[in-house]
Order: sequence, then structure tokens, then C-alpha cells
Amino acid sequence: MANPIKVRARFKEDVTEVKALISHPMESGRRKDKKTGETIPAHFIQEVVCTWKEKEVMKALWSGGISKNPYIAFRFKGADKGDAIRLSWTDNKGESGSTTAEIK
Amino acid sequence: MPDAKRRTLLKGSLAAGAVGVAVGTGLLAPRAATAAWPENAFMAKGVDDALEALLGSGTLEESASVRIKAPDIAENGAVVPVTVESGVKGIDSISIIATGNHTPLIASFNLGEGALGFVSTRIKMAKTAQVVAVVKAGDKLLSATKKVKVTIGGCGG
Repeated sequence: MANPIKVRARFKEDVTEVKALISHPMESGRRKDKKTGETIPAHFIQEVVCTWKEKEVMKALWSGGISKNPYIAFRFKGADKGDAIRLSWTDNKGESGSTTAEIK
Repeated sequence: MPDAKRRTLLKGSLAAGAVGVAVGTGLLAPRAATAAWPENAFMAKGVDDALEALLGSGTLEESASVRIKAPDIAENGAVVPVTVESGVKGIDSISIIATGNHTPLIASFNLGEGALGFVSTRIKMAKTAQVVAVVKAGDKLLSATKKVKVTIGGCGG
């Protein structure tokens, strides 16, 4: 997988809005393969963390009830244009990914 | 059959506390991921049990200060956009629940210092049900509910 996270962080009137799209199957473990009838094993992101200047701004805990290729948006105060944020995720199989973005 | 077995194991894990959690984790996620992930809450089959496990209480206070945005009708239950906003001070977390799902707790967003009461995501809904947003601020659990009609469920195969 190349970089499966797209992040955009916009600064407007003192508030930074972070929007991200992560490429991930988000299998809940309840779906069945239509051909074989076998249950597709659970494979979903459990945790998404956003840090800014070593501080944890937001930590999302997820189940397999979040849609495939998850979208997340949130807002925080205190940052400025040009600052970097880091977004990282970990799934139930221990796989992970992360990326950084500049606040614009 | 495997499902029935899992149910029994889950019940056991709830009762046996920490030891049970370890067992449950080992079985359901062989390469056990994050320690902080509240397995009991996410695996709970009932809304009250999930809230109890996640936030320590299932008692919600319906509040106009919590706003939930979701479609009235979702044609595709696999992708239902949900946005929760609240201007309440000192929000610790925002949780999203779909009452009709096999495991109703969808997500919980822990907000750090400086974070505003705003989260937006997309969730799966098995059938027409209520979407409940729970805002934890101090020892209060404030909530808002919105019914979403689902025409095609998004959980089963």
C-alpha cells in the first residue's frame, strides 16, 4: 500500500479543521463471502490518533461499524497556519499507517 | 454455531473482568491490537451495556446542546454520514451508537485539550434505527437521537 491516508487541515478564524480519508476495508467480521459462504474475518481500524506538537488532539476508537475507506473530520483550537499535524491509525490485526500534514 | 460459542465466551469475559478480557481479546483478535481499545464496550449487544462498559453509565440526559446531523433516509446502510456537534464546555468524548446494529457502539472520539465539540464520519447501519450521539462532559452524559430509515442494510452479506 502506498500512502493510504489523505489529510487536509484548514485554518480559519482560530480553528483548525482536519478532514481525512483512510483507505481500509473495514471488515466488521459479520459479512459473508457471496461465493464461498464463508465469513470474512474482521479487519478494521480500532484507533485513529491525531497529534499536534506532541499533544494528542483527538483519539478515535472505532468498531467495524465505521464505513469502508473511513472518513473523519474534527476541529481544534490553538494551532496556526504552517504547523504540522500527524495522523496515525492501528487496526485489529496490528497493521498501522500514519502521515503528516501542514495546516493551511 | 461459532456465533453461539462466541456469545458464551463474551458473557464469560464480562463476568470474569480482567482475565476474561484477556481471553476474549486473544480469541477475537489473535494478534491483539491496542490495549486501550474497549473491547467489552464494542462487543456489547445492547446499548446500555455498551455505554456502561465505555463510559461507566448508561444513563443519558437528552440535551438540546447536542446536535446530530444524519440523513432521514439512507439508501445505502453501508455509508451513512453522521456529524455530531456540541457547544458544551469540557467535552471528554463524543460517542456514536446505531441502536439497530448487532453491536450498537460504532465509535467514540476522545477529545484532547483544544478540541471542539465536532466530529464527522460515516457509519454502517444494519437497518432502520436510531442514531444516538452521546457527549461526555465531566460526569454528565448528554445525548441526542435521530431516526434514520435504511432501505438497504449495510452490515450483513
